[in-house]
Amino acid sequence: MSLLARNRGNGPAADASGKAARPGGKDPRSAGEIGAERRRSRMGYWLILPGFAFMLLFFVLPVFSLLATSLYAKPPGADVGQFVPALQFGNYADVLGAYWQELLRSFAFALVATVAALLIGYPMAYLVAVRLRGRKLLQGILLVLIIAPFFTSFILRTQAWKQILADEGPVVAVLRAVALLPEDGRLTATAFAVVCGLTYNFLPFMTLPIYANLERLDTRLIEAGTDLYASPFQTFRTVTLPLSMPGVMAGTLLTFIPASGDYINAALLGNNQDTTMIGQVIDSRFFRVVDYPGASALSFVLMLAILALVILYVRRFGTKELL
Amino acid sequence: MVQERLAEETTTAAGRDSGGADLVLDSVTKRFADFVAVDDLNLTIPAGSFFALLGPSGCGKTTTLRMVAGLEQPTSGTLSIGGRDITRTGAHERPVNTVFQNYALFPHMSVLDNVAFGLKRRKIRGAEARAKSALELVELGHLAARRPGQLSGGQQQRVALARAIVNRPAVLLLDEPLGALDMKLRRQMQVELKNIQLEVGLTFVHVTHDQEEAMTMADTVAVMNAGRVEQMGAPRELYELPRTAFVANFLGKSNLVPGEVIEDRGDAVVVNARGNRLTVLKERAAAHHGRVLVGIRPEKLKMMWPQDAAGDPDNMLHGRVADTSFTGVSTDYLVDVPGVGRLGVFSQNHGQQLARPGDEVVLCWDTAHAFGLDGREDSSAGAAEAAEAAAP
Amino acid sequence: MRQTIGRWLVPAIGGLAFLFLLVPIAYVFAFSFNDAGRTNLSWRGFTLENWQNPCGAPAVCQALGNSLQIGATATLLATILGTAIAIGLVRYRFRFNATANMLIFLPLATPEVVLGASLLAQFLNLGADLGMGTIIIAHTMFCISFVVVTVKARVASLDPKLEEAAADLYASPMQAFWRVTFPLLLPGIVAAALLAFAMSFDDFIITNFNSGNVDTFPKFIYVAATRGIPAQANVIGSAMFIVALLVVIGGQVLASRRAKLLAAR
Repeated sequence: MSLLARNRGNGPAADASGKAARPGGKDPRSAGEIGAERRRSRMGYWLILPGFAFMLLFFVLPVFSLLATSLYAKPPGADVGQFVPALQFGNYADVLGAYWQELLRSFAFALVATVAALLIGYPMAYLVAVRLRGRKLLQGILLVLIIAPFFTSFILRTQAWKQILADEGPVVAVLRAVALLPEDGRLTATAFAVVCGLTYNFLPFMTLPIYANLERLDTRLIEAGTDLYASPFQTFRTVTLPLSMPGVMAGTLLTFIPASGDYINAALLGNNQDTTMIGQVIDSRFFRVVDYPGASALSFVLMLAILALVILYVRRFGTKELL
Repeated sequence: MVQERLAEETTTAAGRDSGGADLVLDSVTKRFADFVAVDDLNLTIPAGSFFALLGPSGCGKTTTLRMVAGLEQPTSGTLSIGGRDITRTGAHERPVNTVFQNYALFPHMSVLDNVAFGLKRRKIRGAEARAKSALELVELGHLAARRPGQLSGGQQQRVALARAIVNRPAVLLLDEPLGALDMKLRRQMQVELKNIQLEVGLTFVHVTHDQEEAMTMADTVAVMNAGRVEQMGAPRELYELPRTAFVANFLGKSNLVPGEVIEDRGDAVVVNARGNRLTVLKERAAAHHGRVLVGIRPEKLKMMWPQDAAGDPDNMLHGRVADTSFTGVSTDYLVDVPGVGRLGVFSQNHGQQLARPGDEVVLCWDTAHAFGLDGREDSSAGAAEAAEAAAP
Repeated sequence: MRQTIGRWLVPAIGGLAFLFLLVPIAYVFAFSFNDAGRTNLSWRGFTLENWQNPCGAPAVCQALGNSLQIGATATLLATILGTAIAIGLVRYRFRFNATANMLIFLPLATPEVVLGASLLAQFLNLGADLGMGTIIIAHTMFCISFVVVTVKARVASLDPKLEEAAADLYASPMQAFWRVTFPLLLPGIVAAALLAFAMSFDDFIITNFNSGNVDTFPKFIYVAATRGIPAQANVIGSAMFIVALLVVIGGQVLASRRAKLLAAR
């Protein structure tokens, strides 16, 4: 992904972390320029129309489909997978009552994984963006290493983790030998393994936005901090970190959101009792139980819960520069 | 040498679409939603002239320029070049080129490709060779292969100029082209621009908020305010005889003293300003009766000690020095005149004794230097805009 | 003392993080040489057989072909639609600007399982046949947002005066776009396309909801995981990784060489 390196701040979430194209509010441009845009705005509509039509058809409408499906009812004596349109709000109570634990667990796992990814990803981004500034080729290679794992397929990599951490694998053997793990202790099929898997798989989503942000950081500001008697740690806490907050915001969101809906890690690295995540439930209600209304209701709850969390989070730490 | 050749080619090409042609704006109005940017503007800019549109930001000068360039459509009215109506012609079809404010050089092309861009779009043969000679004209031939990003501000400015004039447009538009340069480079470029204009003989229309720049370079200046031309004329004419308070304050500084016409002397009127009798020549006065503003430029005021002031009690104001600032070649005074207000005086350094704050002084002037404005005008119009325009 | 710790801490953590990122890839690569037989779970000896015959497990290559085809199509569609949106949103103002930005942001704030489930609900309600078509639609949908945010940053940094300058210099609107706007946006567009392809190629969850019985590469592996993944999958995973690495680093080297050449002139 050398292009990421070459084009400042064009990472996947560069925009999310970066300067807003249009910071809302007052328009700094002269009336003349606004007028020019008004005149050509018909062209603007033609530009966005196809894309938005697509999004409307395959994102907005499906969400309404999901909402509608979540209220379907199963008529008495119907075959498996047969439902009729209805307004059965009880579906929500049913699935929430049955799966609130999985829902909370998903958020807990995602939260821990996000914090872990932040602790790992920030130094990674800082290393590439600030410490290696000016060494273009090395920067480029490291950035590629962050993205290229996508091409190996994350299921293959997660499967690899499963085998590396397997009971008969090398890691467990070493840990048992040095007594960090009891004789019958294991790494796979535990919550720990699931969280590690989540951290691992979503690490690039954390690192890239932070990188895109730090890459534009003016290192003279760090020098100014040091010059004003701040220790390196104080400088980091009072100068670097606040300036990179937009990147951190984007990174944490891009990690937390997919992590809370993920089920591959839980399926491959977890067990069937205390690591089940909400994604697994939705998947199995759709495909195994063929309970479309229940699965849809759960999906909808998950979406609303995440939206609510995101809005709270952005309000709290927020920055208008998110998009 | 090269410059002469280019100038020659330019004149010979005049027949087709360039070489300078009259630019006429006929009652052009531009309205944005609820805001009139340009209000019924009538302008004739003769071929070969260096014309400056001067005004504060938001006065409509840039909108006017953009309409000439074709980047903006007038709401009503017509534009024509050399008699040809271009109102509905697209920007890319007009014999007009622009030197943009921040140059707008294409960063992904070499300097030479930038300069040759317009020629190539029009499929003119020998585009590269012509672009090269245009670069020679601005003395940048040796940097043809560079990217714009590798040039200094002054060099970029010259590339932008070369990129525009190489097309030999009928009208060349300059949109605050020197705004991004530092003061020293700016003065130097002003001289160069003027020289190039004289050499190639194109019609230049220059938009600026810098009155000094407009006066140095243009042979005709139009002062714009709120979408209208307040006054138009040669720089000297505008400065010596402003017709509105806005022009008097925006173009240099003026002392404007309110009063009432009390006497008609045939070729002049006498104005009573709080008991002071001030004479204004009728040909220099916008109003001949009723309330007027009497204007005198600070450097036209003579400051004297009370004991030295004798003779004609007309055109004489008694006051007290409120503030002085010595700049070397001159001293700027602020003098409080009771009932009239605070006047500015610019006094050349002839080695005379300098007044100090609190000193009683007398101000007088030559009647030929005073001008009269309509008394209904706001005497401070344009002053704030001038201060803003002067700020870097 | 503290300073020295700080100096080494960042590279140390960063280095370990890269190691963490690459360990499973090394594992996948190593086990692509395993003389595995049916299940590639434990080391049974070195062989080049898998690399010489990557389609030895035919379903792998079939799935890979589908993935490449889906990735290419979805990337093309998403890049075109997304770039147009990015230009439109930055350059023009709309009465529903905030809504439009929200519509782009929402898919990014929605977990894949919900995106997949809602599309499936839609397709089920429409009675559509699941297959390549529905996968491509689904991938295009979630890639558009990534393309928009990536290209938008680039458009925002592009001075609109440049297009005006092109028009002023006799370029028609089409010429201005292709000679000025497009080349300047290209790096951003390419980055967006690469990202879109990577996301599409690696997607499992949304695909799983909308694929019917069509296999993609990740889906094949997921299904195979229960009974043992053939070593050929490791070959393909490793090969894709190496190709991606080479393509991007190659591009980087070329770019830096060109920059040096330009500077030398």
